[in-house]
Amino acid sequence: MPSDEGQDLIDLTREICAKELRPKVDEAERAAATGESFPTEVFRALGAAGLLSLPQPEEHGGYGQPYEVYLQVVEEIASAWMSVAVGVSVHSLTAYPVATFGTPEQQAALLPGMLSGDQLGAYCLSEPLAGSDIASMTTRATRDGDQYVIRGRKAWISHAGHADYYTTFARTSDDGGKGLSCLVVPADAEGLSFGAPERKMGLHCDTVREVMFDDVRVDAGRRIGDEGQGMAIALSALDAGRLGIAAAATGLAQGALDLAAGYATERRQFGRAIGEFQGLQFLLADMEAAVTSARATYLHAARLKDAGRAFSKEAAVAKLVATDAAMKVTTDAVQALGGAGYTQDFPAERFLREAKITQIFEGTNQIQRMVIGRHVLR
Amino acid sequence: MNIVVCVKYVPDSQSERTFQESDNTVDREATDGLLSELDEYAVEEALKIVEARGGGEVTVLTVGPAAAADAIKKALQMGAHRGVHVQDDAIHGSDAVATSLVLAEAVKKATDGSPELVLTGMASTDGTMGVVPAMMAERLGLPQVTYASELTVGDGTVTIRRDGDTASETVEASLPALVSVTDQINEPRYPSFKGIMAAKKKPVDTWSLADLGLEASQVGLDAAWTTVVTFAQRPPRAQGQIVTDEGEGGAKLAEFLSAQKFL
Repeated sequence: MPSDEGQDLIDLTREICAKELRPKVDEAERAAATGESFPTEVFRALGAAGLLSLPQPEEHGGYGQPYEVYLQVVEEIASAWMSVAVGVSVHSLTAYPVATFGTPEQQAALLPGMLSGDQLGAYCLSEPLAGSDIASMTTRATRDGDQYVIRGRKAWISHAGHADYYTTFARTSDDGGKGLSCLVVPADAEGLSFGAPERKMGLHCDTVREVMFDDVRVDAGRRIGDEGQGMAIALSALDAGRLGIAAAATGLAQGALDLAAGYATERRQFGRAIGEFQGLQFLLADMEAAVTSARATYLHAARLKDAGRAFSKEAAVAKLVATDAAMKVTTDAVQALGGAGYTQDFPAERFLREAKITQIFEGTNQIQRMVIGRHVLR
Repeated sequence: MNIVVCVKYVPDSQSERTFQESDNTVDREATDGLLSELDEYAVEEALKIVEARGGGEVTVLTVGPAAAADAIKKALQMGAHRGVHVQDDAIHGSDAVATSLVLAEAVKKATDGSPELVLTGMASTDGTMGVVPAMMAERLGLPQVTYASELTVGDGTVTIRRDGDTASETVEASLPALVSVTDQINEPRYPSFKGIMAAKKKPVDTWSLADLGLEASQVGLDAAWTTVVTFAQRPPRAQGQIVTDEGEGGAKLAEFLSAQKFL
């Protein structure tokens, strides 16, 4: 259970979700499906309330909150607006390399803006031909005096075109996975350009585009960690990032369950609320069991992380279990709402579309199984 | 400038609220309580005044049961500097007259008898009497400047705009004064996490009736000038009237709207 302080924080998140997120989500997601719409002001509001910097240490301008509390905040946000929760998780991922591997000077220069929400980040790892296989990336950062010159193309980049900085992984030598380095590229760097937003199945307010680096010059002082340390930084960040996605998927599933339970109480057939039929009760019970077990897996991994213990396997388990739960629960929520669930008059169909991506990004669930399997056989 | 903001702890207006059978007072067990939304505007306005003037303290004052500490906590999280909680079992069931007496005495004690500015919301979201500000002003001997949709603190004066149905009045009063504010005056801030952590270190005084020099006989259900005799749940909304269009649907609709005085 969270401390009093943690509970106050979760209460604050609920209040902001109720007043700022829920009234806007339906229209914003609909608008973003056909045009461009990005909830910048929502991220600013979350930043002002301190919700973008919970897990980072206090000396960096964060709040030193345990991951256990931070993830519950992400879950709350996701139950109101999945795109924003994913955005919070992505943003945390972009600050993670600086907070964990940056020098004190880099932390002093970069973290205040990142953690206050004044600056939004994007995480440039995937490429068109290098998705799960990170080590095959071809984007290259060539050293030129006290600068790097970056050339290449990144794909599936959340916040691209809206972000203030791009935490970018690029090849500094041909040494496979050991030849990657991490650089923080400011949005106004010359040579940085973006593709058209991807036309996705859902999560429309999470703008995703390609990012092109056309001889982008970055000061060597913006390299995080050593040359060649990029792969280790990326994988370490992803362990933490997976927990963010697991928490967000749990919140999405909770939102779908709440919707279905509310509908089952109000909708009457054969002279009674449909929730009084055992057929629907069992459906709701299985949804509840899936949500509760999803939450348990991410909290378990978070507690290990908070205690400074290894949590890589548990993070993969949480990502796998929570996102599969989200897929199942959102599908069942559409079923509980019947024909109404299949219309855009209710958010059930949106929840279902949003759940699908959680099984894919931040490492597909097949990759999670590889990670888990490797740990089991170790 | 030091400001006292009077706030009330009320049952959440978004939830099902009811009275308890035993003495026809609000059932506080049945629903969660919180800082009355209408009082958040008064807290916000006080914070804005102090911030703009670059100095002064905002004291948030409430009269209520132990759980009312939550209302003070919320105001402290928003940025108020200290809290005063008047808590005494004898106060249970007090009407507006007695509430204004306790509040007025607490304002005096909190300001050593010389308040500069007292702010309140326009009404509570539960009782919605809206008379406590006027009663307090009378008891404190302060100008009562009510329903402010805009508030300017000048040199020794306050000026407000009061929006009516047909006209807006601009009203000026000398300080010290008591001002009640409407929900049009500002947009209350959310606490920040920094505010949440800081609130835990802020001082909150808890006073009893005796601390205020008041007797139990002056307050509570027995001293109330008005009594809730009976209560009933509002009946669920009756089913609407369905007009089937058999050629004269438009006329029937117009007839209905006209009977309801919409036309």
